[in-house]
Amino acid sequence: MASTDTTTAVEAGAAGPGKAGDLAGLEAGLDALETVQPGRPPLRETLVRKVLPPVTAVVLVLVVWQALVSFGVVDDPTKLPTPADVWGEIEDAWLQGTLLGYIWTSVSRGLLGFLLALVIGTPLGLLVARVRFVRAAIGPILSGLQSLPSVAWVPPAVIWLGLNDSMMYAVILLGAVPSIANGLVSGVDQVPPLFLRAGRTLGATGLRGTWHIVMPAALPGYLAGLKQGWAFSWRSLMAAEIIASSPDLGVGLGQLLENGRNTSSMSMVFLAIFLILIVGIAIDLLIFSPLERWVLRSRGLLVKS
Amino acid sequence: MATALAKAADGTAAVEHAARIEHVSKSFAGPTGRQLVLDDITLDVAPGEFVTLLGASGCGKSTLLNLVAGLDAPTAGSITTDGRPALMFQEHALFPWLTAGKNIELALRLRGVPKSERRARAEELLELVRLGGAYGKRVHELSGGMRQRVAMARALAQDSGLLLMDEPFAALDAITRDVLHDELTRIWRETNLSVLFVTHNVREAVRLAQRVVLLSSRPGRIAHEWTVDIPHPRRIEDTAVAELSVEITEQLRGEIRRHGQH
Repeated sequence: MASTDTTTAVEAGAAGPGKAGDLAGLEAGLDALETVQPGRPPLRETLVRKVLPPVTAVVLVLVVWQALVSFGVVDDPTKLPTPADVWGEIEDAWLQGTLLGYIWTSVSRGLLGFLLALVIGTPLGLLVARVRFVRAAIGPILSGLQSLPSVAWVPPAVIWLGLNDSMMYAVILLGAVPSIANGLVSGVDQVPPLFLRAGRTLGATGLRGTWHIVMPAALPGYLAGLKQGWAFSWRSLMAAEIIASSPDLGVGLGQLLENGRNTSSMSMVFLAIFLILIVGIAIDLLIFSPLERWVLRSRGLLVKS
Repeated sequence: MATALAKAADGTAAVEHAARIEHVSKSFAGPTGRQLVLDDITLDVAPGEFVTLLGASGCGKSTLLNLVAGLDAPTAGSITTDGRPALMFQEHALFPWLTAGKNIELALRLRGVPKSERRARAEELLELVRLGGAYGKRVHELSGGMRQRVAMARALAQDSGLLLMDEPFAALDAITRDVLHDELTRIWRETNLSVLFVTHNVREAVRLAQRVVLLSSRPGRIAHEWTVDIPHPRRIEDTAVAELSVEITEQLRGEIRRHGQH
């Protein structure tokens, strides 16, 4: 049956060889007409549009800061150190070899805590998104938890776990897990129903549907959740480090800030705040933004500006 | 294509119908009680047959396709198909996180085709829809017509004997649509595929089908049926296509008019 069908097709083709060729050529022409090749903007333009504005903003802040001190608007160095004082503080810490230690103590805690939150938050988010009972049961609590400042978890964590690293991780988890889970839930909720129908007709149901269709389709929302989850991890950790200090814990950026306050060294306080800010921005710029842009671009969702 | 044809040939010996729809009714809960959408539909699609379902809005043609696809269950009656039918939508429904080739490979993978064979099979299917170079292309890099052809290749990758098409060309421009009509006819004739094609475009129905089934609206019932024996290749401008289209349109308008009378 099939072979006869093929023969008829071949015969039809042989009867009108020009026709078959016409159709192929016609299609190739249409395809060529309707496809656009996007170009890459030149490097100079990227520099002017993407790099120049933030650099200008930073320079402006430094100028205003220096002016405040130079023109005597604030003349108490214990309230506002000069940019040079803070730079000196950075240099000292670098020369003493402690600078990277401060950063690493906090960053390693933050990243490990974040990874734990990822491992817990992802299945939790999937459960809430896919199982109606679970959603009704803990969905509202999970989104409510996001608005609870994670610093509120520090006192109970200290009482339960004592002044140690586990307490830090507990605070990070309580701050970051809801964000990650909620991001995934909203990602899943925004999956177009058409994809689910298409997936089902292809045979992707149950766990296979979750793995092949739901998860990849929800990836943009999930990534946004991860990004926020990192911000929450970092903030929670800083809260924990500032409040709970103990010699056993080592000096992270939070303790550095607290030490600055205790020794009335405003330049150390500034240094700590800068480092906390810079680490937060750097992790976002180095990890999450490229990941997000790659995902969006590969799906044609990022319009080149 | 060889494996697909061989399998279809084996299948046809045992199966008399690509799809058998028997006394199917479907109702949904609506604001004014239960709403009957499909009323006692009986329709067979023979292996290798091309049937179009034609009707105005509210005739339940998409609902019927969903039932045949197994995405929904009928309220009454029964539907039997030979395996899980492939389904094409008005939107291409390709997954944007995969390349064109990987979209097809996903269909193959979900059907249990071993990894070693998927790539070659996907390339073959892309060749079939004349998109040989598109394997690594992302969905957004393809034009509307190319996307629908990849969607067609993905549907064919399911290696189902029955292809359900839900107004697959309605969103395309007229030039592209006309070319895809040729393309679909060619593929249908080259393979042993049965097609159940839903449309509200009379000319399209006549241009493509061996049999045109007209559905009345609210509730959807089979109102009339035509056998189209115009030889291929057909063109949308053919006199024979136009004449039959006029006849069918008259009937369709009659069906629509009935709704204005009460």
